[in-house]
Amino acid sequence: MKIHEFQAKEVLRKHGVPTLQGAAAHTPEQAVAGAQSIGGSVWVVKSQVHAGGRGKGRFVGEVDDEALDKAARGDDAPGKGGVRVCKDLDAVRAAAQAMLGNTLVTKQTGRDGAVVRKLYVEQGCQIAKEFYLAIMLDRARGQVLVMCSAEGGTEIEEVAAHRPEAILKAWADPLTGFGTWQARDLAFGLGFTGKAVNNFVKLVQGLFRAYNAADCSMLEVNPLILTADEQVLPLDAKITFDDNALFRHPEYESYYDAAEEDPQEVEAAKYELSYVKLDGNIGCMVNGAGLAMATMDIIKFYGEEPANFLDVGGGATREKVTAAFKIITADSAVKGILVNIFGGIMKCDVIVEGVLAAVRETGLEVPLVVRIEGTNVDLGKKIIAGSGLRVISADSMSDAAEKIVAAVRGV
Amino acid sequence: MAILVDKNTRLVVQGITGSAGGFHASQCRAYGTNVVAGVTPGKGGTFFEGVVPIFDTVGQAVKATGANASMIFVPPPFAADAILEAADAGIKLLVPITEGIPVRDMLPVKPFLAERGVRMIGPNCPGIITPGQCKIGIMPGHIHKPGRIGVVSRSGTLTYEAVGQLSRLGLGQSTAIGIGGDPIIGTKHIDVLQLFNADPDTDAVIMIGEIGGTAEEEAAAWAKVNMKKPIVGFIAGATAPPGRRMGHAGAIISGGQGTAEAKYAAMQDAGIHVVRSPAEMGAKMAALLG
Repeated sequence: MKIHEFQAKEVLRKHGVPTLQGAAAHTPEQAVAGAQSIGGSVWVVKSQVHAGGRGKGRFVGEVDDEALDKAARGDDAPGKGGVRVCKDLDAVRAAAQAMLGNTLVTKQTGRDGAVVRKLYVEQGCQIAKEFYLAIMLDRARGQVLVMCSAEGGTEIEEVAAHRPEAILKAWADPLTGFGTWQARDLAFGLGFTGKAVNNFVKLVQGLFRAYNAADCSMLEVNPLILTADEQVLPLDAKITFDDNALFRHPEYESYYDAAEEDPQEVEAAKYELSYVKLDGNIGCMVNGAGLAMATMDIIKFYGEEPANFLDVGGGATREKVTAAFKIITADSAVKGILVNIFGGIMKCDVIVEGVLAAVRETGLEVPLVVRIEGTNVDLGKKIIAGSGLRVISADSMSDAAEKIVAAVRGV
Repeated sequence: MAILVDKNTRLVVQGITGSAGGFHASQCRAYGTNVVAGVTPGKGGTFFEGVVPIFDTVGQAVKATGANASMIFVPPPFAADAILEAADAGIKLLVPITEGIPVRDMLPVKPFLAERGVRMIGPNCPGIITPGQCKIGIMPGHIHKPGRIGVVSRSGTLTYEAVGQLSRLGLGQSTAIGIGGDPIIGTKHIDVLQLFNADPDTDAVIMIGEIGGTAEEEAAAWAKVNMKKPIVGFIAGATAPPGRRMGHAGAIISGGQGTAEAKYAAMQDAGIHVVRSPAEMGAKMAALLG
């Protein structure tokens, strides 16, 4: 589960991590009121979307298509970004008006962009230097990794690809945790001196504490800054929670922002279906993530593109299968459907009943190929044959893929 | 004797009185697995299906029955604790099926098991089966056939797919293992390849990977130098877009790492016989073995 920057900073503050003062806003008036309550003479108005690269992002309607294309590639484009420094309250209001309700295009949103519905107004500060820091699981080691770089800013992927030695890493031992000595090591490695060393150590330890206590699967601070007065602060913060640990944190429910999610994926989640919309024209419904990906692959292998990833899971009921079928057919790009089920715990006849029930309920305007295998396969096939519906049966994955590809091509 | 499990395996089922635990314990027994005990705290002294004794703790179960493997169906909030309990009781092979264990809970599990020389398959996995001898997990037993091909995969149904193709072509399996799709798992591809390589009853291996992580690349690098038996390889997720999670926590391409192309390249470099269509895993193996 992803959350917004202002929420991430709330989580950090709860765990004793120092942050700049800030206020969330849904309207230009709230943004101005927020700036007033923060005080001072410089504020930063930041778009809140579940995507990075906001500073280099550009707004639809504010700049031309060429600039938006550049923004989508992560290149520098003319115009103003999704994060703006404001030196008076009128500028705060103007920035808020320009952002709220408008579509921000960044490297991570892609050309379609994301609508900005919330803002975060933060106190301005004097940045002496920018750094990068991230905490995440290193799966190869099975340990939590703290990594940072003195080459802060937005292009950390570039640094990782071309100058990996510029990224410092420290792994937390599962039994002893992340040591002060490790934090110190990183501080000196990044070139901190004087009071800033201790300030960095305290910050990193706080971030590590928050990462664990909040059950994060990723905590990224880009940039982490050294201020002119030697403070070390997280200027941005991105947090992704471990979905498996949400049961421990009922308070996260208020962080969930359905507006940031694909509506079909939200609908799928209600039925515990794992659905990801893709760009092709063959919808697929499969049990198991691995087989679902393999089914997408075989559609491509036979020359067409999958319209989605959909895993109905191990314990699919008739109700879930029906819901899955409706989600697939709601996508107008879908020109054909491939159902591929290997029945283990799930019995083939139950799946078939679910699919047929959905077909009867919603109608079927595109070709449907069903390939079933495993437990009760013969019974499942008999039900299909006797249904009187235009369902094409297939015997193997390749047979199924060939049949659905031929059907969508009208062969 | 295949790998890790056979007819001498004595299985305890943790969470045997739950609905999933009970159902699959029953299925494993029906397949012929020697289920010697169940564990559910507070239900000690009762029996499962009238014959399998249930204990309050794994320690008691081991002492009374000599159980040497555990299948774990404990719900996610308590699953890591159940794994630690089984390891401390001296069981050397753990198969947690549970899906959805928080990563934070699993972090201390690995060193705890390593210290005690315990092997874990999973979590969030279909389990392990040596056809005709022992099934520990949720896979449909009847699609398997005793034989000499090893199968290793992260996912459940894709493992069944490979097994189904092999059985249909008359190629039986020595052992089939689904290692699980979680970020932290006990047994990786490389570990299973090592076991199959050393197993006199395995002639060849089907290795199925998925996008995300670098486990397949590590296994391929090992195989290039050490593997004496032919491997057929497939990677699921070549069509998955970067940055999107595909069901399994592991199946995500990030920062250019873990792409299907990188994994295919590593496999090809290691002399692994790759197939681009998941429908051809069995046929490729049949062709290789002539």
